[in-house]
Amino acid sequence: MKKPFPIMPTLIALMSALYFLVPLYATFLFSLKMTRGEYSFASYRSVLNSSIFIDTITFSTIASLCAIVIGTVIIVPTAYWVRLKLPHIRPVIEFISLLPLVVPPVVLVFGYIRVFGSNSWLPLAGSDQGTNLLLVFGYVVMSMPYMFRAVDNGMSVIDIKTLTEAAESLGASRIRTIAFVIFPNVRGAIMSGAFLTFSISLGEFVLASLLNRPAFGPYLVQLGQDRAYEPAALAIMAFAFTWACMALMQLFAVKKPGSRWFPRLSIKLYKKVEA
Amino acid sequence: MSFVNISNVVKSFGTNTVVKGFDLAVEKGEFVSFLGPSGCGKTTVLRMIVGFETPSSGSITIGGKDVTNVAPNKRNIGMVFQAYALFPNMSVFDNIAFGLKISGMTKQAVSARVEEMLKLIGLTHLANRFPYEMSGGQQQRVALARALAPKPDVLLLDEPLSALDAKIRVSLREEIRDIQKKLGITTVFVTHDQEEALTISDRIVVMNGGRADQIGTPNQIYNKPATRFVAGFVGTLNIIDAKVHNRDDGTVLIGSKKIQLNDPIEHVKPDGMVSLALRPEAFSIVPDAAKDVSLDGTVTSINFLGSVIRAVMDVEGREISFDMFNNPSLMLPDVGDKTSVYFASSDILALPA
Repeated sequence: MKKPFPIMPTLIALMSALYFLVPLYATFLFSLKMTRGEYSFASYRSVLNSSIFIDTITFSTIASLCAIVIGTVIIVPTAYWVRLKLPHIRPVIEFISLLPLVVPPVVLVFGYIRVFGSNSWLPLAGSDQGTNLLLVFGYVVMSMPYMFRAVDNGMSVIDIKTLTEAAESLGASRIRTIAFVIFPNVRGAIMSGAFLTFSISLGEFVLASLLNRPAFGPYLVQLGQDRAYEPAALAIMAFAFTWACMALMQLFAVKKPGSRWFPRLSIKLYKKVEA
Repeated sequence: MSFVNISNVVKSFGTNTVVKGFDLAVEKGEFVSFLGPSGCGKTTVLRMIVGFETPSSGSITIGGKDVTNVAPNKRNIGMVFQAYALFPNMSVFDNIAFGLKISGMTKQAVSARVEEMLKLIGLTHLANRFPYEMSGGQQQRVALARALAPKPDVLLLDEPLSALDAKIRVSLREEIRDIQKKLGITTVFVTHDQEEALTISDRIVVMNGGRADQIGTPNQIYNKPATRFVAGFVGTLNIIDAKVHNRDDGTVLIGSKKIQLNDPIEHVKPDGMVSLALRPEAFSIVPDAAKDVSLDGTVTSINFLGSVIRAVMDVEGREISFDMFNNPSLMLPDVGDKTSVYFASSDILALPA
């Protein structure tokens, strides 16, 4: 018997889609109206030609990438060790990893300034380089819940203990095991965490603003106060960027370790010939 | 001196002692199986040999060298796991090459050795496949090749056939035995499957409660079980409590039936009873000159096992299992039939109390 068309679910899906798409479409339309009487990409050109935009986005990109590297170096071995040797303390580690979600960034940054201020034993906030370092550490902390969860989930899919034992029985040291066996098998999870970290830290405002760094987040806010069309163009660009990150995450998440990125062409051709 | 020596090894996890004074000497090139129920400590002993667990006391030597506290990656022991444990990010070739690359071999030498291993397991054509593209049997062959590639001193197999289906299990265990004989590698095999252990081992260690109850050839383990546990665990056994009639001349009573035992009666319980054991295959439903004892009873159940039919009969309140070949020319009894079974008194095993 033919199933009736699912009217209600389709209607709900449509309404939800419209709820998200209409404001986006309106913003996009608004961003094209910079030149009076015609649609153009003038606002996008204006944003891309701005040297401040280039400087801030470069600064934030570098800071985000540093945060990803530091986060990965801290979190991957931690998650690995907890799963391998200390599974009983996993709930404690999970709790710690979730703390940044309940501690607001403003508290974090004032804590940093107090601990690492110019009168402290380690006056990181006293220099530009030191403050940049604080900003990166702040990004690492803020992205910890996402990075830890992504990596920990990735590790739950593979049998960490047996793979480690197999590598050790073949003569591998612990470091070699992590580098050649564990790391490649959780690469997709690390990449997911990395993209989330990147999305969070690229447009981050509070830390960058209170530490007075020339980052993309404060620039976005400043532009919103001074201009009309460029913020809309930036919002659309940020959306596109975030979606691209999500698409990459999805790509990495579904890929099995060692599998090909795309299906073998030869199989398709073979099937075609068969048909 | 034996090649692998395990001396008085004890292993405790907190207050729970899993291995209680385990001793074993394995000769070079020997195939030894650890057989026992879940939780008897067989895998723990294996993990102590490879170094994943450190004994609480006792020592382990391999080739005369004390390895009790040596790290697993320094022991040169190959291990095959129940769950294959192939590296998912590597092809078959790279999996087998992993240990060789770590040992610092040249690229050409690695390639040649991997080819040799692939030929040994008959999977040359699958060198570029990834683990998830292969069946369980193929994956376990690759795991075996990977473990053997660096030419280990000892090969350990931790229930390698448990995850495979029955047919593959039989063919792979024969393949493992052939390869082991061909390479002459000292092998320790852990299993809870008695048929597996009896089929491929030079010697079997039957473990119970963290101790080796008996160490012997498959024939000794099956036909001369040293303990009541071994007798019950390996194969099917009828355990009959009989009353000692005359300890000096070795006569016992099963119900009202007087039976003369071949061996002297050693293990008499305080109540004057002795435990006797008989394999179901020791019985025959056809009278035979060699089978000097008979029991009469009523058949209570018939189970078809393929080439063999296993029946249970009630003999004066005791249940006795006996096997019959599935021979169409034989008149097999039915449930409810009164019948007699015959056995030789020499087949009776007197069990320890």
